[in-house]
Amino acid sequence: MLTVLLLLWPVAAALLLHFFKGRAARVPALGAALVEFALAAYAALTFNANNSGQFSFNLNWIPSAGIHFAVGMDGLSLLLVLLTAVLVPVILLSAFRRNFENESVFYALVLFMQTGLIGVFTAQDAFLFYFMWEVALIPIYFLAGVWGGVNRARVTFKFFLYTIIGSLFMLAGFVYLYFQTGPSADGLSAHNSALASFYALNLTADTQMWVFWLIFAAFAVKMPIFPFHTWQPDTYTEAPAPATMLLSGIMLKMGIYGCMRWLLPVVPMGVDYWQNLVLILAIIGIIYGAIIAIRQQDVKRLIAYSSLSHVGLMIAGVFSLTQMGLQGASIQMLAHGVNVVGMFFIADAIERRTGTRNIADLGGLTRKAPVLTVCFLVLLLGTVALPLTNGFVGEFLLLAGVYQFNHWMGAVAGVTIILGAVYLLRMFQRVMLGPDSSFTETFTDLTGSELALLVPLIVLVFWIGLFPNTFLHLSEGSVMNILNEVVKR
Amino acid sequence: MNSIILLSVLGLGNLFLGFRRSNRLLLPVMMLILGGILTVNFLDWGSTQSFFNGMLTIDNFSVAFTGIVLLTALVLIPFSQKYVLDGEANLAEYYSLLLFSLVGAIMLVSYNHLLMLFLGIEILSVAMYVLAGSDKRNLRSNEAALKYFLMGAFFTGILLFGMALLYGATGTFVLSEISFAVQNPAPGFESLKPMLYIGMLLMLIGIGFKVSAAPFHFWTPDVYEGTPTFFAAFMSTIVKTAGFAAFLKLLVQAFPAANAQGIWLPTLTAMCVLTLLIGNVGAVAQTSIKRMLAYSSISHAGYLLIALVAYNGQLEGASANGILFYSLAYSVATVAAFGVVKLVADARQREDYNGLNGLAKTNPLLAFSLTVSMLSLAGIPLTGGFFGKFFVFSAAVENGYIGLVVFAVVMSMVSIYYYLRPIIAMYMRDTDATTNEVVPVTTFQAGALLLLAALTVLLGVLPGLVAGVL
Repeated sequence: MLTVLLLLWPVAAALLLHFFKGRAARVPALGAALVEFALAAYAALTFNANNSGQFSFNLNWIPSAGIHFAVGMDGLSLLLVLLTAVLVPVILLSAFRRNFENESVFYALVLFMQTGLIGVFTAQDAFLFYFMWEVALIPIYFLAGVWGGVNRARVTFKFFLYTIIGSLFMLAGFVYLYFQTGPSADGLSAHNSALASFYALNLTADTQMWVFWLIFAAFAVKMPIFPFHTWQPDTYTEAPAPATMLLSGIMLKMGIYGCMRWLLPVVPMGVDYWQNLVLILAIIGIIYGAIIAIRQQDVKRLIAYSSLSHVGLMIAGVFSLTQMGLQGASIQMLAHGVNVVGMFFIADAIERRTGTRNIADLGGLTRKAPVLTVCFLVLLLGTVALPLTNGFVGEFLLLAGVYQFNHWMGAVAGVTIILGAVYLLRMFQRVMLGPDSSFTETFTDLTGSELALLVPLIVLVFWIGLFPNTFLHLSEGSVMNILNEVVKR
Repeated sequence: MNSIILLSVLGLGNLFLGFRRSNRLLLPVMMLILGGILTVNFLDWGSTQSFFNGMLTIDNFSVAFTGIVLLTALVLIPFSQKYVLDGEANLAEYYSLLLFSLVGAIMLVSYNHLLMLFLGIEILSVAMYVLAGSDKRNLRSNEAALKYFLMGAFFTGILLFGMALLYGATGTFVLSEISFAVQNPAPGFESLKPMLYIGMLLMLIGIGFKVSAAPFHFWTPDVYEGTPTFFAAFMSTIVKTAGFAAFLKLLVQAFPAANAQGIWLPTLTAMCVLTLLIGNVGAVAQTSIKRMLAYSSISHAGYLLIALVAYNGQLEGASANGILFYSLAYSVATVAAFGVVKLVADARQREDYNGLNGLAKTNPLLAFSLTVSMLSLAGIPLTGGFFGKFFVFSAAVENGYIGLVVFAVVMSMVSIYYYLRPIIAMYMRDTDATTNEVVPVTTFQAGALLLLAALTVLLGVLPGLVAGVL
């Protein structure tokens, strides 16, 4: 029941938000997101890490087709629900810095999207999963398209088309699998779409080989994996900062989560067949993203490409099919969410003060803004994966997992840490150090409320870095279950 | 049956109200009439009754489709407000013709005898011919009426010819008897077979024209563009819903035999592929929203044809449920789309995409309503259109038409392109001199649009309410 509450509360709040106009919507929106956070925290505290599915709820949604509104959480779902619940208030708070038109609609869409995201992470029915997958897409399309930059119409159109075409392939895959299942429990329908029924399917290796691509298409676009990434840098750059944070901080985790929950255990033989190809694509993405990031002049674009590179490593970890790889991906999803949201916020803070994101126009911020520098440095080092920060745990496990699968791939993927340090420290040096530029003469330090937003993120950077077991412990059972399903067949 | 009687009587009564020239009274009266008949219609749910020596049968199938037709008419009526204010318009006549055409639609969804099918199509069409030309000083409207009438009369002739040949081959007009005659051939039937097949194909062509299936769709864009938007909405929803229900009844009840299916199934599949292709690709190239909606209505005929192709032998199976859900979702979304387009076109005198620029700023309600409707037509989840496509496609996959479904899915990817264009115009483009004024909307219209958006979302969230009722 708690899961249903987690799903319904944001959408109810989003509807109620229409009674507030403009700035008056800020406090209720933030309040609603904090209530959601409290609910998620309560779920985490009462969660029993030794059991699998909890807080389950099952409603016969479309009886004649055997489709259920089935939700529930295991450790992996819980981690991502927590990530969503932590990041949404932060993202809302970051939106208060800017004056948007129709603020109440903006916040309502963010909350609405939260329902979709949590739905994706908790769905236990294939069609509910697909449904929530698209529910998350519609608000972000409008967030990026209505409040975005100059080229927003063209860029968000491309984004929408890419993702929806990807997810239609997934739907086709699900429909195919659906017709392979047995009758629903109540006997009203000849088939059913429960997650457990999909896990229990007995498909031939040949079938799995092509069903793999149907389902993987949606995840490949969303994550995104090279060469399906071309929508990403443009969209991240054109979208307003809060939408970029939603996209990079939470939405791309939908793809990785989807692979872990709806791909590996459903078509294990297909995964086995394509494993090498996906790993190679992921590693190309790692190197490609990093090299392009080095050449970027735009702070936001640089972070976008760095995100591409980091996601590549998570995909590689997942497809290494090792416990370390999957555990690394679980914790790195959290770490990357925290870091990338913080980085985009700082990029936005700099842009708001100077009116530019161009690295060449910036410089010497350290002297003007020591607090900002410290925050930036912490988040940056987290992204670079320095020991004691959150990035280290995840990347270490991921690389160990990939290395376990194939030494050479592990070695090449390890380059990500070096290249990451190169482009991030280079950006830091050019933006924060060096001489002042005409844009940065009147630069002011972080305000109290901006700091209030960054402090929880920085706490998380160290928390995940120093006590990773808090989180690894949660996802361990789920990861083992997934791997058992894969190995079983 | 009660709905037919009530519609006819009240339609006549309406004409007398017209003598008093009390246009303001007519709109609420019409809504009351339609709302009342809609309620009366559902009283017949669960029972099966025959009328006119079995020529009409009222059962759940016909009640459900009558419900969609009446509901569509009810929510469409508020958009005739412009005629209420226009003293020259013969509002009572328009309304009466609409009520009469609904009688035709109800006959189409409950016929049991080809004569009733023909009468239904004619009652529906004759009213539509007149209404297409109701904007009598507009050259476009005249052109539309003439085109629709000439083509319509021609294809009605083909339909009738088909019926005559069928009669010649089987000796009956009753659906179940035709089916019996085909399945249990009498001596000498072999030599009559070409007659049967040609008759059947001519009937497919005749009905295909009415539901604007390619290659008999040529009239659609021109007629929709010229016809006053209010009546174009009527054509693209009510005529289509009734037409497809009639189509399904004909195929399921008269030609379920394997040898007949061997002829109409490939024909219908080819029509389906062609309709999907022409509808979707044609819509991409349009600059006028009304023409886009016309092509979109052709493409939706294509999706509905998939359900016909995938039928599994029963009138009340997955196909009928798919068509029912799809028609409802499609009608609801299409009425909203035409409604908004009409309001904007009336106020701004523009029917191109740019006429919608900045509508989100001037009229958030209209923009929201059109957005929901476009997303539903595109088949995006959270809207009824998604589940409509879902049910139709899964019925087809279940019966092994995987290639056809793949093609339809590719076509619906194409459709996202043109359905997003109005949304982009409304939310992401700035207003200019012709588009910065607020479009006037009456309370009835706002209420209808809100109801339609709510229905679309309701169908998209709780599809179980309608799915599987048959």
